[in-house]
Amino acid sequence: MNPRRKKRLTIIVSIITAIGVITGLVLYALSQNIDLFYTPSEIINGKDDSGIKPIIGQRIRVGGLVVPGSVKRDPDNLKVQFDLTNKGEMIRVKYDGILPDLFREGQGIIANGILTESRLLTASEVLAKHDENYMPKEIAESLGEGHKIPEYSEEQLNNKY
Amino acid sequence: MQFTNLNDFLAMGTHGFYVWLSFGITFALLFALIYSSKRKNKQVKNAIIKRQLREKKLKKAAQLQKESISTSKSKEVSS
Amino acid sequence: MWKWLHPYANPEVSYHFAGKLIPWFKYLTILLLSIGLVWVLLFVPADYQQGNSFRIFYIHVPTAILSLSIYSTMAVIAFCGLVWQLKLADASVAAIAPVGAVFTAIALITGAAWGRPTWGVWWIWDARLTSELILLFLYLGVIALHSSFSDKSQGGKAASILTLVGVINIPIIKYSVEWWNTLHQGQTVTKLGAPSMASEMYWPFLVCFFGFVCFLGWIISLRFRTEVLSRNAMRPWVKSVAELSEKK
Repeated sequence: MNPRRKKRLTIIVSIITAIGVITGLVLYALSQNIDLFYTPSEIINGKDDSGIKPIIGQRIRVGGLVVPGSVKRDPDNLKVQFDLTNKGEMIRVKYDGILPDLFREGQGIIANGILTESRLLTASEVLAKHDENYMPKEIAESLGEGHKIPEYSEEQLNNKY
Repeated sequence: MQFTNLNDFLAMGTHGFYVWLSFGITFALLFALIYSSKRKNKQVKNAIIKRQLREKKLKKAAQLQKESISTSKSKEVSS
Repeated sequence: MWKWLHPYANPEVSYHFAGKLIPWFKYLTILLLSIGLVWVLLFVPADYQQGNSFRIFYIHVPTAILSLSIYSTMAVIAFCGLVWQLKLADASVAAIAPVGAVFTAIALITGAAWGRPTWGVWWIWDARLTSELILLFLYLGVIALHSSFSDKSQGGKAASILTLVGVINIPIIKYSVEWWNTLHQGQTVTKLGAPSMASEMYWPFLVCFFGFVCFLGWIISLRFRTEVLSRNAMRPWVKSVAELSEKK
């Protein structure tokens, strides 16, 4: 390599390294804000690295698995309540609206709402987080992983407002 | 075959709108890319050919001029 | 060691080489994507949870993976171009960027159309989606830089530098689903080990994926030829090439 090329190479490599380091630091500084949601254990114990906890009355997103058997739906309207869990901590979510098709017990869910009590979230939006596993119905059933889309009666939908 | 009739196929369960939206936009964009790439290729080639023709014309004109000058000169000499 | 590469640094040689590749890529694209389309729309079983919206996977995932590979390729070429001052590198970057932008746009649009029925939203500002959107802007920036300078070699240099700066975004997109809490799920087919899907769903994915790869090869070769022609317009070999294509 001739000296001119060598010089160019060093300049380019050092610019790239500098940008890489800067971006790394910025991302590190922002890392709590890049997270889309808190997990239930992070709400109770604070984030792993920074210990930041949401305060009551704050608008947050909570992401966790729906605890089997905890889903209670009002037969007359769209009100629903369920528990989200991870790492042994639990947060109760109250929601008044239509659940996404993928909602089921054991499913990953993200609820967006206001933390009204230390373990209660009043949600205005519920999103389903699905996993990276895909399979046909027959295989899922043989694994005991059946899925039923949440159904609503006419009456429930009419009582929406 | 996953579908028994055309209506089932178009409905895609309840997700027809999303599935057809995705496939429609994807293939529309792919075809648009093919079309624009081919058109740009043709445009560049045409531009090159045009310039070539112009250069040829200029050369010819220059040559004619030269010839006419030389013939007029030779006329002068003869007269 | 690199001697065999030298002839390809010659614009005329690489122009004709790209021309030889085009028909192969073209017919393979038509073959693979039509097989893939029929297979995916008619024969692939629906997912047990997502139902038929799962069919969007076969467009979304290949285009999203390729949007990253295209960018990485472009960055390697831009790097070599800057260090060794290769004019052909500029032509390649200019040829690749629009194709990458289209693939990124397809990944974003199909992702939104898939997110609505599965997650419940068209768009959310989570790390994966946001960084992929930034990738689209990077592609658009590279295209804009290439076309906004009257001096092509200067525009090429600026575009190559932007390409290299943007490389930092690639690992962020790839690992965002592992580093942060996101709504987007983890990797299915690009993770180490076996893909987490049934084989009757995996084979059609491979067909679609290589169909899209061939499409890339086809369009990039075509655009590369165009770029080489327009950058060498005054050379005698280009004149004869243009004349030949006129006679056809």
